[in-house]
Amino acid sequence: MADTLLFNALREAVDEEMGRDDAVFVLGEDVGVYGGSYKVTKGLYEKYGEFRVLDTPIAENSFTGMAVGAAMTGLRPIIEGMNMGFLLLAFNQIANNAGMLRYTSGGNYKIPMVIRGPGGVGRQLGAEHSQRLEAYFQAVPGLKIVACSTPYNAKGLLKSAIRDDNPVLFFEHVLLYNLKENLPEHEYLVPLDQAEVVRSGKDVTILTYSRMRHHATQAAKKLEQKGFDPEIIDLISLKPLDFDTIGASIKKTHRVIIVEECMRTGGIGAEIVASINDRFFDELDAPVLRLSSQDIPTPYNGKLESLTIVQPRQIEEAVEKMMALQI
Amino acid sequence: MAQERTPPVFDAANALLTHEEGLTIYEDMVLGRYFEDKCAEMYYRGRMFGFVHLYNGQEAVSSGVIKSLRSDDYVCSTYRDHVHALSVGVPADNVMAELFGKETGCSKGRGGSMHLFSAEHQLLGGFAFIGEGIPVALGAAFQSHYRRVALGDSSADQVTACFFGDGTTNNGQFFECLSMAALWKLPIIFVVENNKWAIGMAHERASSQTEIFKKASVFGMAGVEVDGMDVLAVRDAAKTAVSRARAGEGPTLIECLTYRFRGHSLADPDELRTKEEKEEWLSRDPLKRFETYLLGQDLATAAELKAIRDKIQTVVDEAVTFAEQSPEPDPSELRRYIFAES
Repeated sequence: MADTLLFNALREAVDEEMGRDDAVFVLGEDVGVYGGSYKVTKGLYEKYGEFRVLDTPIAENSFTGMAVGAAMTGLRPIIEGMNMGFLLLAFNQIANNAGMLRYTSGGNYKIPMVIRGPGGVGRQLGAEHSQRLEAYFQAVPGLKIVACSTPYNAKGLLKSAIRDDNPVLFFEHVLLYNLKENLPEHEYLVPLDQAEVVRSGKDVTILTYSRMRHHATQAAKKLEQKGFDPEIIDLISLKPLDFDTIGASIKKTHRVIIVEECMRTGGIGAEIVASINDRFFDELDAPVLRLSSQDIPTPYNGKLESLTIVQPRQIEEAVEKMMALQI
Repeated sequence: MAQERTPPVFDAANALLTHEEGLTIYEDMVLGRYFEDKCAEMYYRGRMFGFVHLYNGQEAVSSGVIKSLRSDDYVCSTYRDHVHALSVGVPADNVMAELFGKETGCSKGRGGSMHLFSAEHQLLGGFAFIGEGIPVALGAAFQSHYRRVALGDSSADQVTACFFGDGTTNNGQFFECLSMAALWKLPIIFVVENNKWAIGMAHERASSQTEIFKKASVFGMAGVEVDGMDVLAVRDAAKTAVSRARAGEGPTLIECLTYRFRGHSLADPDELRTKEEKEEWLSRDPLKRFETYLLGQDLATAAELKAIRDKIQTVVDEAVTFAEQSPEPDPSELRRYIFAES
């Protein structure tokens, strides 16, 4: 069987779920006739028609609220954020209505919806198109936040997200759409709430997600050659965090490095450090280390842009430094 | 005080109101009025908290529109939502209990005055931020349209009525949703309760086009102006809009010229509106007006109307007793309802 590109894995997930449940529909900017900016919905307009693959006007807050209303009344909308940065324009609907309405209504309504699309620092797209909004949204109660990182997990996670009865923010990375992987022929789901142990090891736990998983894997290859044995965990679920998997790893390695693409201040890593201190402080042999993006708007210039995010070399150095600590 | 707009005069001869319909509408308006009066009393006695926005004066809008809907139609409201909830049939007990923060409230004491919900009564919610309910209402209307058009379910002809105020019509979500509703011919009615004031911001100071119904025209949408103090005028406009929506012929914007008899909320000192303006509008009290109409047309007797008022007074008093005697939410359920329970 031929390898599947990540964007096609996502398309297969949407297609399969639309075929399975006619309450599932896609809406967003250029998702229909145009086929999606990253071709995730290519061909679906022709297959399912203009209402099930709905091209919306450029009105993010309103079409997001419309999806909330549709979800409250029994449909299962999938919003494509053409770029996840555009969701800043829909912050109110995502936070107040998608996130909080179920609670505020005392359980009167559920909001089964997915908001998916590309985020992350890409190829010199400038500050506005290179955002990592997972950090901004993590404080909103009622939202599930998931980041995919491979064609396999992208497909299985998206199918699970579509079937989930809660609002799920589903982050893809602009630089991962062309990753290839041989996918199972049979149908499969990947649970939304479980972290993935990417590489098992005993020295240090590297907690990461999205594209940084691949930087960590790259660093691990160099580290192996130097005799280190890091454990790499792809968080998958950024909210809620899978503390079972995280905790089991910490109890084994007693050292943690977080590698994230969001900014340091108020980032996903900041929350993880605090939670690890709450839950596993006695297991730690060293302070948790965070490798994050710089607290700056992503610059356009290529060299400056690469300095903004964490590079594999920094991960290697961090592991070496942590392992050199006399404990 | 700006020049008052002269509302179009509705010829009540066209109302085609039966005795029974008249009493139903009257009862709904009395319920709205008495319930809100009781809320003011309870608020000042420290029995309810937070921001409480009362609907006194605007009853003709809620009753005129909602009593023209079917029970499976959807209603979307704002922070001034008590009376919309009552009109769709949420029992006064459960609305009052919500305001008291009790477990028996329609939002289980989690929502409060500005967040009344009832899935059972197709009440999509009270939405507290300006404009944010409009897209949600649009989504409910889209859902009906989707079922009917994309899934071929001919029984999916529900209409959504979306209420909001004059201040909201300066917000982007209003324009965006009017555009989409017209574009896709969605079965929705945008009901503007133009009570002239967004807290302390006079409508004519906030909008470059004060005649809100005219804003529909740029979207190719039907827009009508009605006397929001005349329940029969509102009802007539609503019936036309409901038929249009139900027939798949698209949305309508109804601008109801109305007035709130109290401040924006019970926390508002209400110092900016002139005595003359208030008196002018009080003289157009929609409840008194409808009562006069019913009696004048021999559609009801004074005894029948009094019986309704007495009954509703009991309903409201009993709602307070119900709310007072209801349990508080269980603290062990503080985190319940964050996520759907599978």
